Amino acid sequence: MTQSFFDWSWVVDNLGDIWAQLAEHIVLTVIPVGLGFLMAFPMALASIRWPRLYSPLLGVAGILFSIPTLALFVVMIPFTGLSKATAIIPLTLYTLLILLRNTVEGLKGVPSHVREAAEAMGYTRTRQLFRIELPLAVPVIVAGLRIATVNTIAYVAITALIGQGGLGNLFMDGFLRQFPTPLIVGLVLSVMLAVTADLGLLGVQRVLTPWQRDPG
Amino acid sequence: MVEVVTNLIAWFLDPYNWQGPNGVPTRVLEHIYYSVLAIVLAVAIAQPVGIFIGHTGRGGALAINLSNAARAVPTFGVILLTFLVAGIGLAPVLVALVVLAVPSMVTNTYAGFRAVDRDVRDSAEGMGMTGWQVIRRVEIPVAMPLIMAGVRISAVQIVATATFAAVVSLGGLGRYIIDGLAQRDLTQVLAGAILVAALSLLTEVGLSRLQRVVVSNGLQEESEEASMETRLEGKTG
Amino acid sequence: MITFESVTKRFADGTVAADDLTFEVPEGELVVLVGPSGCGKTTALRMVNRMIEPTEGRISVNGQDAASVPAPALRRDIGYVIQQVGLFPHLTIADNVATVPSLIGWDKERTNERVDELIDTVGLSQEVVDRYPRQLSGGQQQRVGVARALAADPPIMLMDEPFGAVDPIVRSLLQDEFLRLQRELKKTILFVTHDIDEAMKMGDRIAILNVGGVLEQYATPTDLLAAPVNDFVVDFLGAERNLKRLALIPVSAVEPEPGPLVSANDPSGRAQEAARESGTDWALVSDAEKRIEGWISTDDLDGRRTVEEAEVHPFDHFVTRDESLRAALDVMVESPLGVAVRVDTDGRYEGVVTHNTLTGELK
Repeated sequence: MTQSFFDWSWVVDNLGDIWAQLAEHIVLTVIPVGLGFLMAFPMALASIRWPRLYSPLLGVAGILFSIPTLALFVVMIPFTGLSKATAIIPLTLYTLLILLRNTVEGLKGVPSHVREAAEAMGYTRTRQLFRIELPLAVPVIVAGLRIATVNTIAYVAITALIGQGGLGNLFMDGFLRQFPTPLIVGLVLSVMLAVTADLGLLGVQRVLTPWQRDPG
Repeated sequence: MVEVVTNLIAWFLDPYNWQGPNGVPTRVLEHIYYSVLAIVLAVAIAQPVGIFIGHTGRGGALAINLSNAARAVPTFGVILLTFLVAGIGLAPVLVALVVLAVPSMVTNTYAGFRAVDRDVRDSAEGMGMTGWQVIRRVEIPVAMPLIMAGVRISAVQIVATATFAAVVSLGGLGRYIIDGLAQRDLTQVLAGAILVAALSLLTEVGLSRLQRVVVSNGLQEESEEASMETRLEGKTG
Repeated sequence: MITFESVTKRFADGTVAADDLTFEVPEGELVVLVGPSGCGKTTALRMVNRMIEPTEGRISVNGQDAASVPAPALRRDIGYVIQQVGLFPHLTIADNVATVPSLIGWDKERTNERVDELIDTVGLSQEVVDRYPRQLSGGQQQRVGVARALAADPPIMLMDEPFGAVDPIVRSLLQDEFLRLQRELKKTILFVTHDIDEAMKMGDRIAILNVGGVLEQYATPTDLLAAPVNDFVVDFLGAERNLKRLALIPVSAVEPEPGPLVSANDPSGRAQEAARESGTDWALVSDAEKRIEGWISTDDLDGRRTVEEAEVHPFDHFVTRDESLRAALDVMVESPLGVAVRVDTDGRYEGVVTHNTLTGELK
């Protein structure tokens, strides 16, 4: 029904383009996750300081999360046209639910006896937060970052339908031309990107939590 | 901005948009049809597998790893690839939707079964229940929060992903979005987006209600937590 | 009745959890399997209802080879209580208790009656019946576990550290109540614990197991304490073995000694005489109804005409016939007289328990 399944020569000929799409995909992943974390972190701190905020914040993030990706991207168009913002804003909003949830749960998960000991030793709240609670919350927070990142990598492909796309452009190219090669290249690179990001973040977590390593 | 809103309202008020093969009722029904078919098939495949590996405890690691790996694969790309390989038609759409939904349902059902307290299972067997009775009377009800959470998130995911059916020339609410983008008709695009979002939220709320009914009162708290976990892992587009 | 005939259990990795176990649980008795970690007591228990299958040997339940019946059917006739209880979280207490009756097909009315009856029997109030396990305390859950096991009135019960998950005060209460229940129901029970004191309290007979599933001794608590067969058993029985033996003997089992008893208005000479006859330098003073007011020292009697003119020292504690000799020893040690005064439930004098009484019983 189509040309031969995988055409290496196409890959060789188009390395430049492939690389450009990969780069765009990375940009469209890093910015939303970064922005999302910058927004979620203060929201999480606020939720811990004023627990009654947590439910409504989580609720709003949850509703946003429930909106199908294509729908949300499309809804942005009247406001931001077909620019990068149309992609980045929804992608950022999608990360909020998990980043907020995991940051709060990570901080809450610090055993209360640890917090009490810190307080009793004379730590101020800020120091306690940064020196004791955050480091201990790292595993759960990073778990959230990992899920947010892998999810975002998948959503970015969809932005091909609204003029962005990253590796999604390879999907569309292959699909529209009935030519599997770009599609497959795009898929493989997507998966590799997701796995690399996931393992990379896991590595960062290991570095930040030396006390969790197995004793030599 | 105001113009956009007025056009949108006009679009929804226009009776033309409510009749015929491209009318809202038709598209909604098509969308629901694809979704329901896919959900039913996915449940029929995923639940027995999930129950089997959950009850026996075998094959769980494999299932979880496969499921985690599956999360790294972009749904959108898989759909396009399926069509490329299998051609256009309802069957490929269903296959793609089912294949996307099954792993997370299996994992959730498996996790639900594994989360059943060892002592609960032990006392059930010790009291003389056969394997099937343990599954039916104890494991399934106790695992229900996670099972339902899995079904719920898969259903919502399917409803959302069915939007892409339009990319491959099928019907459904995605039609408005894709056609609108092609025709540069923003109003149509937005109308489609709103309808999809509404249907998706409705599915989420409806199944949420169902979950509250189906899950025993003795388990409600775990139910809330389980749902949250699953939601966060399930959205793929 | 439960019979173990040369039962051995060898696991795939080579561990021997039961080594040629042979013993019998007589009908209507509570037999305790006790031993240190790794002695295979839980394994042995679970072989009776075939949650674990023996590698060699035979287990008979009520005369029938346990292996000859399909496991689920066997289990429906055996009550099973485990430490963490394992209540079904998705069912109400009533439905939990009704599990086995529902499995064997009792009708609703009969089941409901039985559930209500059992809730009473285990000392819970009827209002827990519609609650869920997570709403109950640990002690309450434990009681529900027992009720659930008793629901279909099985002749045999297997209990694995059933009172282990609660605090010592609640545990003691549950033990007492269960013993009271067992006196009425007379079930054949195999009971596992790691606590030798619990074993002594609960068991009609005790099987002491050693690491590797070896049966070191099988005897009644009294025989065990009086004649342990080897060093392992001696160590396991723990310190203060004689005190433990005394704890098992009720005061009523021994004839009290008469003791020097006088009444308040007796002349002092009478008191001197009584003391001399008993070989003591004190006498006990009672009132007209034979209730003990206290004791007097013979030294105090010098120069007094009647007993009541001397200083009568009251007693802090007495001992009654239902208590153990160990309680008597406790009272004895507290008193400057070195004896325990025994009275009946109305406080009337029955006699004294002396050091000699105790040593006599231990022989």
